[in-house]
Amino acid sequence: MELLLQQVMAGLATGAIYACMALAVVMIYQAIDHLNFAQGEMAMFSTFIAWQLIQWGVPYWGAFVAVVAVSFVGGIAIERILFRPIHNAPVLTQLVAFIALFGILNSSAGEIWNFTIKEFPTPFGRGPLFGGHLISTHDAGMIGVTLLILILLYLFFRGSRLGLAMRAAAANPASARLVGIRVGWMIALGWGMSASIGAVAGMLIAPVVFLEPNMMLGVLLYGFAGAVLGGLSSPGGAVLGGFAVGVIENLAGTFIPYFGRELKLTIALIMIVAVLLVRPSGLFGRSVVSRV
Amino acid sequence: MSAPDDIATKQSVPFDAAEASVGSAATARATPRYVWALAAAVLAALLPLVATNFVLFQLTLVMVYGLAILGLNLLTGFNGQFSLGHSAFYGIGAYTAAILMDHWDVAYFYTLPAAGVVCFVVGFLFGLPALRLQNLYLALATFALATAMPQILKFGPLEPLTGGVQGIALIKPDAPLRLPLNPDQWLYYFTLAVLLLLMAAAWNLVHSRSGRAIMAIRDHPIAAASMGVNTALYKTLTFGVSALYTGIAGALGAIVVQFVAPDSFNFLLSVSFLVGLVIGGVGSIPGSIVGGLFVLYVPNIAESISTGLSGAVYGLIMLLVIYVMPSGAAGFARLAAAQSAKARQTWINRSERRSP
Repeated sequence: MELLLQQVMAGLATGAIYACMALAVVMIYQAIDHLNFAQGEMAMFSTFIAWQLIQWGVPYWGAFVAVVAVSFVGGIAIERILFRPIHNAPVLTQLVAFIALFGILNSSAGEIWNFTIKEFPTPFGRGPLFGGHLISTHDAGMIGVTLLILILLYLFFRGSRLGLAMRAAAANPASARLVGIRVGWMIALGWGMSASIGAVAGMLIAPVVFLEPNMMLGVLLYGFAGAVLGGLSSPGGAVLGGFAVGVIENLAGTFIPYFGRELKLTIALIMIVAVLLVRPSGLFGRSVVSRV
Repeated sequence: MSAPDDIATKQSVPFDAAEASVGSAATARATPRYVWALAAAVLAALLPLVATNFVLFQLTLVMVYGLAILGLNLLTGFNGQFSLGHSAFYGIGAYTAAILMDHWDVAYFYTLPAAGVVCFVVGFLFGLPALRLQNLYLALATFALATAMPQILKFGPLEPLTGGVQGIALIKPDAPLRLPLNPDQWLYYFTLAVLLLLMAAAWNLVHSRSGRAIMAIRDHPIAAASMGVNTALYKTLTFGVSALYTGIAGALGAIVVQFVAPDSFNFLLSVSFLVGLVIGGVGSIPGSIVGGLFVLYVPNIAESISTGLSGAVYGLIMLLVIYVMPSGAAGFARLAAAQSAKARQTWINRSERRSP
């Protein structure tokens, strides 16, 4: 029982990383209807900027706010410069554009900041929470921030005019344009927001996995898995999916004898696919009904 | 991601658009397609007379990748199903060939059909659960397959067979019948023959009754089903055939490279197949070879421009190519052909007017 609890808590801690990422993934999916394969690299790049600012002597929270703002602008710029010209191209072509962006960011970060592993500070401290040994204060802080972002997003999308306009632009671009919403800018705004959330995720993850250009690859993959598991149309589901992936991965590694340790990733992915077979649009996603 | 036909090739051809999607936009005046195909085949057959062994080795790999991309194309381009898992089929094909050659001394040419059959079965079985999944969800499931494959290949109990992380080293086959060819030249011709055979088979498949059913499912699954197409059967069969092509490519790749190791069949290989597919042209059989050329040569070119920023240069080249040719090389060629036909027509009209 002790072991189970410990593994679940450890799973929740890693799950929080995936949940952060899954949330950013779902945000941009809602805005542009595509999975952004370069999301992790965007987050990594933002985190490097934060690291650089802190190296230059900017206090943590100053750097935090600055990077969130810079990422917002950067996200909009990427949409305007790279993706606006090909927004009519087939899905697969856009997918290749994402892969290209991935390569560009990864390789540039490696060139600017090189590939050595860097420590990234945490504002929450690294000690155990409440004197227990189950979960550290940083993990708890990470979970807290993820939930906070989720609540803020919920309020933004449900309560504000802009949020409503963004949802309308994503759900039905043609009708949204007819009632006077600037759909193009709503998409750009979606990019900006998801880049900011990605930046927050990156800064929370970096103290755990350490900062280096390839730090996001694994995280992004699990983040995707979490987002799809929870359902791509539901931010709350994505967060829950992220936590679930972390817990499943940990429990499979510990409790399935023989196969468990070596094939932990495989087992986690098989379980996700199994869930999808029962609920093809994810656990909390709505299936899209289209008129024939 | 609203309708399945988003995935499919969408090209703006001013005439004959329906025909063009299967790739027979040849008008009466334009050079027939088979002339081009024949010219390309003859050129390819003459190359070993002038090219060095290293160039031949690279071109052989181009054909291997082209074949793998052709497999992906059958699934994605013609049937509209996403896959990020083709590196797994490629890996299964490669390991089937390697294990047969290494453990049981099977001759290398027999390993190709074996790899094809194994991959067909695996692909068909994987196609069954894939029936319930669409678009991104299918992408995730296939992605899971791609990620799991290196781990399964490294898995302890299978190690006597797969060689674990060490992989398996193979011996390069010599030319048979005392042909005056060195092993590189022989493998080039061998691969070329397999490639041409499988391309012809793919062309026939696409232009058959089954091919029309496969494309109808891509364009409108509900309409296809109501016309009496057994969508479930065709989708799983296409998955199987696609895996078969990629598996044979994997077996050829193992023979050509003479080495298989688990980590070379990772998710990134799937990504390069996907890049090749889009650059070459989704839904185009010859386009697959262009895709093979791109994924083999362009990373090397990027590396030679800047070692540190090679990833960035590769990305930039990719972006440039898709800005210039959003529907791939095949779409570009189609557009160019249509333009030149139009230009020729106006020229003929003008000269007719001048000499009544």
